[in-house]
Amino acid sequence: MLTAVLIIFPFIAAFILIGFGKENAKPIALGAAIIEFALALVALYMLQTGQGECLNLQQNWIESMGISFNIKVDGISMLMVLLSTLLVPLILYSSFESTHHNQHILFALMLMMQGAMIGTFTAADGFLFYIFWELSLIPIYFICLSWGGNNRQKITFKFFIYTLAGSLFMLLALIYLYQHTTNHSFDIQSLYAAGRSLGVEEQGLVLGAFFLAFAVKMPVFPFHTWQPATYNVAPVPGVMMLSGIMLKMATYGLIRWVVPMVPEGLAEYGYIVIALSVISIIYASCIAIVQKDFRYVIAYASIAHVGLMSAGILSASEIAIQGSLVEMLSHGINTVGLFFIYDIIFRRTGTTEMKLLGGIRSVAPGFAFMFFIIVLSVVALPSTFGFIGELLMLMGLFQENPIWASVAGISIILGIVYMFNGFQKMMLGESNSLTYNFAPLSVREKTTLILIIILIIGLGVQPQLILNITGDSVKTLLQSIK
Amino acid sequence: MKELILIAGLGVLALPAGLLNLKKLFMPIVLIGLATMVGFCIMDWNSNEEVFGMLLMDNFALAFTGMFSTVAILWFILAGDYFTDDTNFSDHYALVLFILTGGLLLVSFTHVVMLFLGIEILSIPLFVLVGSNKGRLVSNEAAFKYFLLGSFASAFMLFGIALIYGSTGSFYTADIAAFLNSHQDNVPAILFAGMLLIMMSLAFKVSAAPFHYWAPDVYQGAPTNITAFMATIVKMVAFGGFYRMFHTAFETIQESYVIVIYCICILSLIIANVTAAVQSNVKRMLAYSSVSHAGFMMIALLTMHSNTANILFYYIAVYSLSSIAAFAVLKHVKANTRGDSSIGAFSGLVKRNPLIAGTMTLAMLSMAGIPPLAGFMAKYFIFTAAVANGYIWLVVIAIIASLIGVFYYFKVIISMFGKSQMEPTPIEISFTQKLLLMICSIGMLVLSVVPDLLLNLLK
Repeated sequence: MLTAVLIIFPFIAAFILIGFGKENAKPIALGAAIIEFALALVALYMLQTGQGECLNLQQNWIESMGISFNIKVDGISMLMVLLSTLLVPLILYSSFESTHHNQHILFALMLMMQGAMIGTFTAADGFLFYIFWELSLIPIYFICLSWGGNNRQKITFKFFIYTLAGSLFMLLALIYLYQHTTNHSFDIQSLYAAGRSLGVEEQGLVLGAFFLAFAVKMPVFPFHTWQPATYNVAPVPGVMMLSGIMLKMATYGLIRWVVPMVPEGLAEYGYIVIALSVISIIYASCIAIVQKDFRYVIAYASIAHVGLMSAGILSASEIAIQGSLVEMLSHGINTVGLFFIYDIIFRRTGTTEMKLLGGIRSVAPGFAFMFFIIVLSVVALPSTFGFIGELLMLMGLFQENPIWASVAGISIILGIVYMFNGFQKMMLGESNSLTYNFAPLSVREKTTLILIIILIIGLGVQPQLILNITGDSVKTLLQSIK
Repeated sequence: MKELILIAGLGVLALPAGLLNLKKLFMPIVLIGLATMVGFCIMDWNSNEEVFGMLLMDNFALAFTGMFSTVAILWFILAGDYFTDDTNFSDHYALVLFILTGGLLLVSFTHVVMLFLGIEILSIPLFVLVGSNKGRLVSNEAAFKYFLLGSFASAFMLFGIALIYGSTGSFYTADIAAFLNSHQDNVPAILFAGMLLIMMSLAFKVSAAPFHYWAPDVYQGAPTNITAFMATIVKMVAFGGFYRMFHTAFETIQESYVIVIYCICILSLIIANVTAAVQSNVKRMLAYSSVSHAGFMMIALLTMHSNTANILFYYIAVYSLSSIAAFAVLKHVKANTRGDSSIGAFSGLVKRNPLIAGTMTLAMLSMAGIPPLAGFMAKYFIFTAAVANGYIWLVVIAIIASLIGVFYYFKVIISMFGKSQMEPTPIEISFTQKLLLMICSIGMLVLSVVPDLLLNLLK
């Protein structure tokens, strides 16, 4: 029941914002997001104390088609719910610094997106999953269309068409599986059974169709071409939602809907999709190195990290899946941090072309220090949160296939190159006319960054907190296929 | 029976309405009459009343009658100005109500002659209405085109009926079905010819490719009110007739005509969507979109199983609701941009009137089939039925077609949310029009959340 509240509450808050929130959009939006986070913590408490059953809800929806409103929460879903409820207040709070026209509508769309994404993370019915998956796309499309930068019409449309086209193949796969269920139902267990009963080749096809949908969303080479441009035109809160939370829908989808659904297909044809993911890691890292604008560096870095998650999950090893779950959370926190840094610099200097900047550290040493900690977490330095995920993923991948793991491992070195390169060029050296007057951080900016850093260090030292949430669920998920 | 008397009676009453000076009063009369129609349909549910052995008011007929009466109520609200601006208001009322009478025959016939009469009673007033904008050349051209091609279609149908009568000896659909059941191995060849002729003329009426060539010109040339009428009510009853004819009479020989419908589906989907993508006039684009929706609905006809009628019914209801909304918006935009109906006329609409823009966005998203809107559900049900019947490649084509569809529907959305070329002057609309837009939006949302409302009506 509580899960249904978690899904519906952001929508209600969004409608209240649209209707009455014109004057005080900020407190209403932030308040709603914080209440949502508190609700998620209550859900976490219930799950940890063995009352997880109360979180599930099954209600008939379209009976004649075997579709039900079926939501379930296990550790994996819980972590994803925590991720989205934790990041949305942060994103909202950080976006208060900039001025957006009609901000109450912008915040409302962000909350709607949150509701839809929580729906995606908890759906235990194939059709419901698909509906929420697409529902989350509509708000972000309008966020980019109405608040984006130059040339946004074309770029956001490309983004929309890409993701829609990808997910239509997922729909086809879902219908196909539905036809093979014995009881004509979209229930996740029936679909699992249907998927496992298929022959290896059919499983491969289903794997391909699902992977296409997820690969576009993550994105993985060669389906990534929408991403850098979209990250560039989308407004900063929109990008944070996209890269911080939304792309985790795809990695979550791989864990929930691919690995247990088509185990034989994955064993037989998995090398193709893992290869794509690994190529994507190296390719994106190399491109990130030669970027001139910091925003593009973040965009390509995101492709590289998500490629590693994808490879880890598709290797179907328990450790790697655990690692990717941790990485999803840490990547969410890191990218929100990086984009916030970008936003701070951009608002003060009007550019993030790295060559033009320099010497910010001498003007704002505190800011540079906090930026540096986030950079360390992105490059996976031990004792930061970013490290745990990457380590576990590479370990898991290594058990399955040492070659993939060693190739993917290069990404850490490349990551150091592009992140430190960006940091050096913007922060160190002599300050110039652009950075000379770099205004000190406002209280709000400081609070946001400090919160992010507390999360990075705190969870980096105590990753067991996160592993405890997901551990058993990953085991159960994988036991069912072995 | 009472439905027929009511609707035809209203039409006859409309004729002297001008003399009786009922200009102001007649709109409420019609609306109440149509609401009574819906009431009658609910009252008669499950009664299976036979009317002179020629019509059968079974649940299918009642559901379709209820639906087209409901949509007609919305349409009358939409087209209020059509009956007040012109001096010929009583003609307009009478012609529209006669079309509805024809529609009633189309969805309830058991005697094939009633099918023909329905088509004729529907078409002839429609030819007049398409040309009712007498001063404009395009309107006349549209009426003439529609009339010429429409008479061919009617002649084809008549010829087809004659051939079928010649081979089976009966006009009753049940007798034709019985004949086919008993002669499964030696069906006379002229019966197939007759069936194909009937299929062609019905495909013409629902504007499915390759019998759609009239649609873009006629839709564009006709007054917008009439275009909205054709895109919704006419299409709805034509599909009702199509399903009824092929479901009750020809189900036994389904294998022989499936391939034809298959081709019609593919052609409609590809031609309509590709052509619509390059249109710059929204009215013309909606015409092609209606052809493409005909293609989707034809897929439902391909899958003759127990649920087909439900799926078709749901699809048409959703499509009509979003069409009414789209045409209402188009009308307001046209009225405020000096009759311009190009995509450019929609630019910056969200700043000019958020309600209009919001409704149009919902309508376009629904027509494009973006989840979780009702249009998606409708397409989804059709796809599932098709996959269950083994038409997986047709579904792949349909998915690609709907992706192309996204492209042109989104052109409108992008334009509405983009910057306006001129100073965004606010658009003022009357309360009833606001109400109509809200009803349509809420209707679309309700149908997407609880499709079971309509999906379990027909068993």
